[in-house]
Amino acid sequence: MTSDRTEDPLVIDEPGRTVLLMGNEAIARGAIEAGVDYCAAYPGSPSSEILGALARASSQMGFYVEWSANEKVALEGACGAAFAGMRAMSSMKQNGVNVASDLITAMTLTGSPGGLVLVVCDDPGGISSTNEVDTRTYARLADMPLLEPGGIQDAKDMVKWAFELSETLELICMVRSVTRISHARGIVELGPIAARNRVPRLAPHQRYASLPPCPQHKILKEKLKRAKEIFETSPFNSYEGPASPRLVVVTSGTGWQYSREAVALLGVQDRVGILKLGTTWPLPERFILDHLATAPSVLVIEESDPFLECNLKEVLYDSPQEAGARIRVYGKRSGDVKGPYGPGVGEMDPDVVMEAIGRALGLEESSKARPSPARAMEAAPDSVLPKREVAFCPGCPHRASYWAMNNAVRLDGRDGLVIGDIGCYSLGFGRTGYYLSRTMHCMGSAIGFCSGMGKLDRFGFTQPLIAVVGDSTFFHACLPGIVNARYNRSPFVCVVLDNSATAMTGFQPHPGTGQNASGETAPRLSIERICQALDIPVHVVDPFDLDNAVDLLCRLLRGKELHVLIFRHTCAVLQAREHGLPERRLWVDPQRCIGGECGCNRFCSSAFGCPAITWDAGQGHACIDEVLCARCGLCATLCPRGAIVIEEKGAP
Amino acid sequence: MTVLPKEPVNLIIAGVGGQGNIAASQIVAMAALSQGLVPTIGETYGVSQRGGSVMSHVRIAEKDPFGPLIPRGHADLVLGFEPLETVKVIKTFANASTRVILNPRPLHPIGVLAGEDTYPPVETLVRVARRVVADLWIVNATEIAAGAGDIRAMNIVMVGALAASQWLPFPPDCYLESIKRLFSGRAREINLEAFTRGLRYGSGPPEQRSDASGSSTGLL
Repeated sequence: MTSDRTEDPLVIDEPGRTVLLMGNEAIARGAIEAGVDYCAAYPGSPSSEILGALARASSQMGFYVEWSANEKVALEGACGAAFAGMRAMSSMKQNGVNVASDLITAMTLTGSPGGLVLVVCDDPGGISSTNEVDTRTYARLADMPLLEPGGIQDAKDMVKWAFELSETLELICMVRSVTRISHARGIVELGPIAARNRVPRLAPHQRYASLPPCPQHKILKEKLKRAKEIFETSPFNSYEGPASPRLVVVTSGTGWQYSREAVALLGVQDRVGILKLGTTWPLPERFILDHLATAPSVLVIEESDPFLECNLKEVLYDSPQEAGARIRVYGKRSGDVKGPYGPGVGEMDPDVVMEAIGRALGLEESSKARPSPARAMEAAPDSVLPKREVAFCPGCPHRASYWAMNNAVRLDGRDGLVIGDIGCYSLGFGRTGYYLSRTMHCMGSAIGFCSGMGKLDRFGFTQPLIAVVGDSTFFHACLPGIVNARYNRSPFVCVVLDNSATAMTGFQPHPGTGQNASGETAPRLSIERICQALDIPVHVVDPFDLDNAVDLLCRLLRGKELHVLIFRHTCAVLQAREHGLPERRLWVDPQRCIGGECGCNRFCSSAFGCPAITWDAGQGHACIDEVLCARCGLCATLCPRGAIVIEEKGAP
Repeated sequence: MTVLPKEPVNLIIAGVGGQGNIAASQIVAMAALSQGLVPTIGETYGVSQRGGSVMSHVRIAEKDPFGPLIPRGHADLVLGFEPLETVKVIKTFANASTRVILNPRPLHPIGVLAGEDTYPPVETLVRVARRVVADLWIVNATEIAAGAGDIRAMNIVMVGALAASQWLPFPPDCYLESIKRLFSGRAREINLEAFTRGLRYGSGPPEQRSDASGSSTGLL
């Protein structure tokens, strides 16, 4: 059931009131309290709800929001606003920072008078990502001040402060959240909402160029020194614990919450202090050294890479007191902080921290703090508990598209390759995409890969190629790739799975949907016409029209040039959300179903792979699970016996 | 102010993407907030919502917020929307004092549908879970939700049963208020009805909450 809030806590102007917010909403609220003028983003988990929340509040608050075509143009738009003196923010997931990185390294060199905040939501453990890259390295690489919230209240307060810091320094500032903050919910005490009264203007003397680079770089280094001085007294850095601790846990981000709980559960509050760092680049060196003055050992707890750990070691090594020789540092580099995949891989959690503290203190058995859980669970070993693979939703048009591609590739008979990309259709790598996808890297790469593989014919390469991209991905990252393929005459079929949504991240609009972030009507850009302008032949087919889809694809695979084939069918979840389920019912006629032995071998459930088609072992026939069924009816057209019945409502 | 039996109380909502974990955890957290308590939720979004395992950690404290993840073995309550997922959560997070409310209706993973894996009998899963935890209620929440007008309101029926259990020391009214604040229109009506039916079932005779037979086929 969709949630429709009756009161939006994002826009409540009651300082001191406590509300429940998702971390991403808290980030949005921080920007609103700072009086943000301009917000732009491209969706990506775990960052999408930031702009989603801002879009909700934008009409009432009067600031500008947009879903941009990709992260680089999102940040460029924000920079444009900041050049004109406005407060601007761009939010993205870790992959987006890679896309925007060319701009980031130039932007730190020029700065801007308006407050400019880059919010990055990393995804340690890759919970909804194809990587777990730690973007904090960009802060150091580009000389960009970095803030890391330790919780949801912090997230709101830090984003608000980041605008002031950015204006003080005239420098873009980065706030790094992670999944366990962005996608957590907790209480936030609201602050006042600043009035927005800036008038955008560039005076004649205002120029922003990273040339000549060395003088600009020198100015940047001076700005970073000022940032360090400001961080030395920042309230986002704090110490909690005994005056002469045996161990100090130095921590940033989620590590603060986990460390507090771990110390409490282990009952070592008398020996262990926690140094929480919210400003992690550049590091507040004097603040850190003061608090480690008497500590014999330090444990560093942070998400992902040993970023803080390595930077801290530099501080200790270079300190006049030679703290590096005196203090033993436990962390990822020493191998003491590690989850099931080892140090520096996977996300932090309170158990990893508990074990690490136990090791650093030499406790016999740190897990004694844990009530014995799995007593008598021998009867349910992992081997008898089937894993739950992710799958295309019931009614998903991608299942039909992959079915068509699978059939076309087999009928073609030349070991055709399906080259994948990023989106819901990445699941084409798995069971419900019939394991068809051969690559999955980053947005737009399918077209680039095929562009290269298509030129291998001169070396005797004969496998036909299908590049699979989504509609939102097409606008995000495919335009230079398709231009390249056309220009260099690379032959392949580019299949665009157009489901009219950025579905994986929560159905945000994109340039092809005819809607913008505020829900207003927007120009609907046509993928066909873009391709036609490039002189690429374009074909459109509904993947639910399976026979035609397979025929057409087979024909195109035999061609010797670049074709674009659009499989167009609206996302089933979006369709149901906007129009409800079709007024009909699907059921299996047990008399006709021959799924058992010597029959079709459960073709519908084993070959087709729809989660809504189950198997009743007792009765020996297939069943439609009404809880899950999207009533798309595709299975009824595939059943070799016609045993799946579509009963239209109102029919006798 | 509401006094908690321990600090914090840890609730895990276990299920499959699409079952409404997030809405359920929000209702519980908002109910806690209305009692002057301090809730934190850790949730799963993104790719797992495409039919994968989904878990919400709801932590309720009296004073300071706790982190979004419950340490292993520290779940006090488990609201299980699906039996297999519930047993997996119990294996990692339960202890001998943990109490569980389970919707016994299975959702078969696609590996099972494909005939490669076997889904254990629900009775076995329930028996195994009961051996580990202090108490386990069976609530046929999918059927009850169907009666309330929409099978997808299963999650709200489960919250109703949780309210009935009084394992969290809040009055049912504060859950109703949360539902009213989170939903509008027809969704609000159906969810209020689903909650009320779950509450009524949970407050009914204890025998009806012990039987898991008749749930193994996954059929309504």
